[in-house]
Amino acid sequence: MNVKLSLKVNGKAVEADVDPRTLLVQFLRDHLHLTGTHVGCDTGQCGACTIHLNGRAVKSCNLLAVQAQGAEVTTIEGLAAPNGDMHPMQAAFKECHGLQCGFCTPGMVMSATALLKDNPKPTEEQIRAGLDGNFCRCTGYHNIVKAVQTCAGGR
Amino acid sequence: MGANIPNGIGASPRRKEDQRFLTGAGNYTDDINIQGQTYACFLRSPHAHARIRKIDTQAAAAAPGVVAIFTGADLAEAKVGGLPCGWLITDVNGQPMKEPPHPLLAQGKANHVGDQVAVVIAETYLQAKDAVELIEVDYDVLDAVADVATATQPGKPQVHDIAPNNTCYVWGHGDKAAVDKAFAGAAHVTTLEFRNNRLIPNAIEPRAAVAQYSRSEDAYTLHVSNQNPHVERLLMTAFVLGLPEHKVRVIAPDVGGGFGSKIFLYAEETVITWAAKRVNRPIKWTCERSESFMSDAHGRDHATKAELALDKDGKFLAMRVNTKANLGAYLSTFASSVPTILYATLLAGQYTTPAIYAEVTGVFTNTVPVDAYRGAGRPEATFVVERLVSKAALEMGIDQAEIRRRNFIKAFPYATPVGLTYDTGNYEATLAAATKIADVAGFPARREEAKKRGKLRGIGYSCYIEACGLAPSNIAGALGARAGLFEAGEVRVHPTGSVTVFTGSHSHGQGHETTFAQVVAERLGIPFESVDVVHGDTGRIPFGMGTYGSRSLSVGGTAIMKAIDKVVAKGKKIAAHLLEAADSDIVFENGNFKVAGTDKQVAFGQVAFAAYVPHNYPLDKLEPGLNETAFYDPTNFTYPAGSHICEVEVDPETGVTKVVNYVASDDFGNIINPMIVEGQVHGGLAQGIGQALLEQAVYDYETGQLLSGSFTDYAMPRADDVPSFKVDTQVTPCTHNPLGVKGCGEAGAIGSPPAVISAIIDALKDLGVKEVPMPATPYRVWQAIQSARA
Repeated sequence: MNVKLSLKVNGKAVEADVDPRTLLVQFLRDHLHLTGTHVGCDTGQCGACTIHLNGRAVKSCNLLAVQAQGAEVTTIEGLAAPNGDMHPMQAAFKECHGLQCGFCTPGMVMSATALLKDNPKPTEEQIRAGLDGNFCRCTGYHNIVKAVQTCAGGR
Repeated sequence: MGANIPNGIGASPRRKEDQRFLTGAGNYTDDINIQGQTYACFLRSPHAHARIRKIDTQAAAAAPGVVAIFTGADLAEAKVGGLPCGWLITDVNGQPMKEPPHPLLAQGKANHVGDQVAVVIAETYLQAKDAVELIEVDYDVLDAVADVATATQPGKPQVHDIAPNNTCYVWGHGDKAAVDKAFAGAAHVTTLEFRNNRLIPNAIEPRAAVAQYSRSEDAYTLHVSNQNPHVERLLMTAFVLGLPEHKVRVIAPDVGGGFGSKIFLYAEETVITWAAKRVNRPIKWTCERSESFMSDAHGRDHATKAELALDKDGKFLAMRVNTKANLGAYLSTFASSVPTILYATLLAGQYTTPAIYAEVTGVFTNTVPVDAYRGAGRPEATFVVERLVSKAALEMGIDQAEIRRRNFIKAFPYATPVGLTYDTGNYEATLAAATKIADVAGFPARREEAKKRGKLRGIGYSCYIEACGLAPSNIAGALGARAGLFEAGEVRVHPTGSVTVFTGSHSHGQGHETTFAQVVAERLGIPFESVDVVHGDTGRIPFGMGTYGSRSLSVGGTAIMKAIDKVVAKGKKIAAHLLEAADSDIVFENGNFKVAGTDKQVAFGQVAFAAYVPHNYPLDKLEPGLNETAFYDPTNFTYPAGSHICEVEVDPETGVTKVVNYVASDDFGNIINPMIVEGQVHGGLAQGIGQALLEQAVYDYETGQLLSGSFTDYAMPRADDVPSFKVDTQVTPCTHNPLGVKGCGEAGAIGSPPAVISAIIDALKDLGVKEVPMPATPYRVWQAIQSARA
């Protein structure tokens, strides 16, 4: 009953046989061992599993793996440059101390990069509204907002 | 203290741990997979209170992929014990608290929704989950009790036979007679009756564990999302499973937040550790969020009546507090101490109140166990004190800052009437700083401006104190602690002069790998990059009591300092040999051992090399090697304190409240990494504002059903629920640890709830609103406005 799946993940072609009920996040974590994408809830609320699907930030727990058929997926592992240099958003999170325990961080960074893609110069209010699908329990969001502002080119 | 080297004490180097967290290379428990692993899924009671007549596992056992199923009967047969409680409270009559059994899997009765009834172990998680649904349990549903305020009344359903009227203990603290006398002569008495709302910690990483048993070594390895792996191991082996402690290695790898909820020994990881040998396969268990809501220990949940007696000038004469504290269905690891030892001892706050008496009833209910959550007892105490003070000021027409100043403790050390001795502090300094940063002088104009926009603006104060680094062990023991409260550290100098530090503290977001490295680099005069910090592994670290109560730096950091002292002392002897000088003539400065008053010196790295390649070495009187361990038991708590000022705007038409300005000026003693400290404050503030405005675990008091069992029902603070914060620090160094540090992890969550609530009340006072409950949701604020208008 498995389904043949083919897609691109972090620039590499991937083919797999999956149980149709497999969630995209389970496929990434359990089949591809891309454990940077985290699961923090089971109701699509926390955003820890946020990835890019064809360039859009989506919660990978809210999709079946088969819904990514033929798609281009980017996870936190695929965000840095091939030579290992961090993406400017990753660097801004480090610079601004926008992370503590690190668990929400991959999803937060993926949401933040998509946010700036849609709105390169957001106000603080727009940043906060844009990230309200991602929970962080550690930082109080203060330094996450600062990181996004820094990445967008100054406060 | 200033930074003598780049990235030393007082600098803000960016964190060592961030590279892995930002690139998806973190190693959390659920990321760990062991060849041949199976998966566990727990069957949980859907009822708050039910006798279990029969469990039929036949169909489940035959389901695809099922490896084993265990119930309470299997554990009883194997003589597996229950989960222990780590603190004995003695009641007002000198009797020990009631300690009902806390079985790993229900024994005949389920006592809360989510109570573990059985476990299925299968080849895949989905197979385990499918099979759980095939287990048939014949429940005899009993009446439930969930409301802490009424659970002790006669005639209520009884959670445990050994605890009549659901009472675990009635505990008293302070001088009751002195308090009664002071009240009798008071010019003014302020009374407060309120609920401290029940919270769910909700670390974003759900609890998880991977247990394996090695037949070749006859030993276990448990990876678990936990804040104190040595304590976990001690409790699990000695008190529950009866295993030799040295045969169990507990590793808490990267842990995605704790906030207290991962201090405790839980049933799930204990069951799978036991079962790993039974099935002779590794077992992985990861909590689903909906399970977390009904199995992670909750926080707070007090029903309190408090009174403050004042003289005509607003001087505090006495305080009387009566609290019913919900402990849930069972005693979690430190549950009994949170509403007693960690609560009533803080009721003096920053003030000279001469007489205080608190009576606390620990109450069993058919709810998830309640235990320490960020602040643990101290936010509850601070809410009592600061709301009483704010309300008294309002009633007596005294300025909010002024009434506090009139009552501040100004001379130290100061012995409170509730058992603590504050070593140092300067409460005026943080209040003055907060007042300035918050531009309190400009508040009336801001209030007027808001009014023009149809918004009611209010300002609220909170001057909190907390006690961190619970200690010393012998005093804690006399108060009922069943564990020591020291910390261990090992400083391993390698032959090339780089250093690995092994700490018994644990980081689950606090940044120990950075902060502790700064301390070591500064003290040894070596590059920050040459120091690595290892934590969270009983197989690598000598011992540890873990991280909770903002103790890591003040206790764990001091243990490392003591180990460094030993390294330096031995290094001096080695250097004396190399420099052909007397031991007593050697001084250690900026990474070099010097002959005092000369230019003869040898670098730290050279001494390290000599210790491991001892060709030119005093082997006749000194062992080779440079590797030192120290244990440190503090002589006192530390007392961080501060002043928070919150401004809110309330929309009177909808009750929507927005925090528009938040200032925290805190005194954490000396600060190692200001960037990390600020981050800790921000996070605590968001949790405190969450408690004040958003968060509440809601139980149906009739059925004991948890109504807020998911993130759709439990309002977590989101990015657009909180403002950017203005934080400041003032410094009075702690007097009894060598770093002069106090702790900063919980302050934000402790100080903020009363500041927010008082700000709302200030905004609404002209409408006649006197009280607003937590969480002050729009509906409740709107209701308060309507009731006042009616």
